[in-house]
Amino acid sequence: MIKVEQLSKSFGPLEVLNGITTDIDKGQVVAIIGPSGCGKSTFLRCLNLLERPTKGKIYLDEVDLTDSRTDIRKARQNIGMVFQHFNLFPNMTVMENVIYAPIKVKDMTKGNAQELGYSLLSRVGLEEKADIYPSRLSGGQKQRVAIARSLAMQPQVMLFDEPTSALDPEMVKEVLDVIQSLSETGITMAIVTHEMGFAREVADRIIFLDSGRIAEDAPPDIFFSTPKSERACQFLEKVL
Amino acid sequence: MDVLFSLFSSLPLAQLELDFTIISADIPYIVSGVLTNLAFTLVSALFGFIWGTVLAIFKISAIKPLQWFADFYTSIFRGTPLILQITIIYFATPQLLNYPIPSFLAGVIAFSLNSAAYSSETIRGGIMGVDKGQREAAQTLGVKYMPMMMDIVLPQAFKNILPALVNESIALLKDSALVSVIGVEELMRRGQIVAQREFIYFEPLLVVGVVFYLMVIGFTWFARRFEKRMRFSD
Repeated sequence: MIKVEQLSKSFGPLEVLNGITTDIDKGQVVAIIGPSGCGKSTFLRCLNLLERPTKGKIYLDEVDLTDSRTDIRKARQNIGMVFQHFNLFPNMTVMENVIYAPIKVKDMTKGNAQELGYSLLSRVGLEEKADIYPSRLSGGQKQRVAIARSLAMQPQVMLFDEPTSALDPEMVKEVLDVIQSLSETGITMAIVTHEMGFAREVADRIIFLDSGRIAEDAPPDIFFSTPKSERACQFLEKVL
Repeated sequence: MDVLFSLFSSLPLAQLELDFTIISADIPYIVSGVLTNLAFTLVSALFGFIWGTVLAIFKISAIKPLQWFADFYTSIFRGTPLILQITIIYFATPQLLNYPIPSFLAGVIAFSLNSAAYSSETIRGGIMGVDKGQREAAQTLGVKYMPMMMDIVLPQAFKNILPALVNESIALLKDSALVSVIGVEELMRRGQIVAQREFIYFEPLLVVGVVFYLMVIGFTWFARRFEKRMRFSD
């Protein structure tokens, strides 16, 4: 589904990603973990070209996203993204946030979009908040709305960039529960996270990044019980 | 207190005996000039705001020539006196285009072009003040540039810079007195006409001043209420 070849990204002299090659299969849930500054967020942001790769290629279903002839706006409609800081539109109500893109981008009628909006909001447990503004939601609720907003475009892939890092501890679970239930629907997901317990439980595969390279790529039970690289051992020692 | 009083009474304030009876018949004529000032301000603020928004978008665009144009434009209109711009547009247009431009139109054009230069900087600041994540969220949803700006970025930018835009409009309102130099019979000009006819200056100009002041106060009050209403989503 997603194919990454020799992906590199530099910010000026700073090399953040250094030749990453990997595949993500359809329906797979991949957790991307690693020490801070290892490039995991940059990697994720390269996948939908929020960051332009310096070198390398990224394919989504055989379409080369890094090709300048590719309509990246069109490709992005198939790649949902959930941000650490939610990035809900504060000038729109919860419902307007969710139905904005389907109406503007997919030309859905307002009625159909609202129907979809209600079903998505009830899926994240927030249908009664449809008509209020995001400023009146808690962090966990905001993130759940952000997930619903992404799903409204019915993407094939969902990217999560540290979805619980900006949340108070007691709100982490409600968001993780939503992501977990999503993982069971068979949608392809890549999740950058610091929640090791969650990664272990929900992911089919762990990618451990270190200094812009894939240091380890293994199923969670193997990665957490018998990590091969020394860097992963050190990391797990600190976080577990 | 006594010292102050004696200080004042020793000043030659005899001339301060105001007499409005001489101009009482002219007061409605002077005051109704305010409609012209209001028309100037409204039309110029509207066009200045629209053109200023376009310039602001030029300034933040990735296309260099658009940036250069907007920056050069701003430097011209901020770098020369407004009164010069008004007179040049009024007197040069007939010479260049062979079109006898009405003074109201010349004034509105000068004001809009000038106001756009100032507000473009304010609007640019407002756009840059909107969190980068807002644009990223819109991009990842596949939203095009124009609707992203119109529906997401600009509404947030305008809300944040509303006090600055009110300031700009107040400046416009007061600067509208400048069109008196090209003969538009607005508040200021009418005050001068009466003053020159009756040979008394203080009273008619005082009337002009009071009307301007009341307009600005009223406008400020109105703007405050509007701002409060705009804060509904906070």
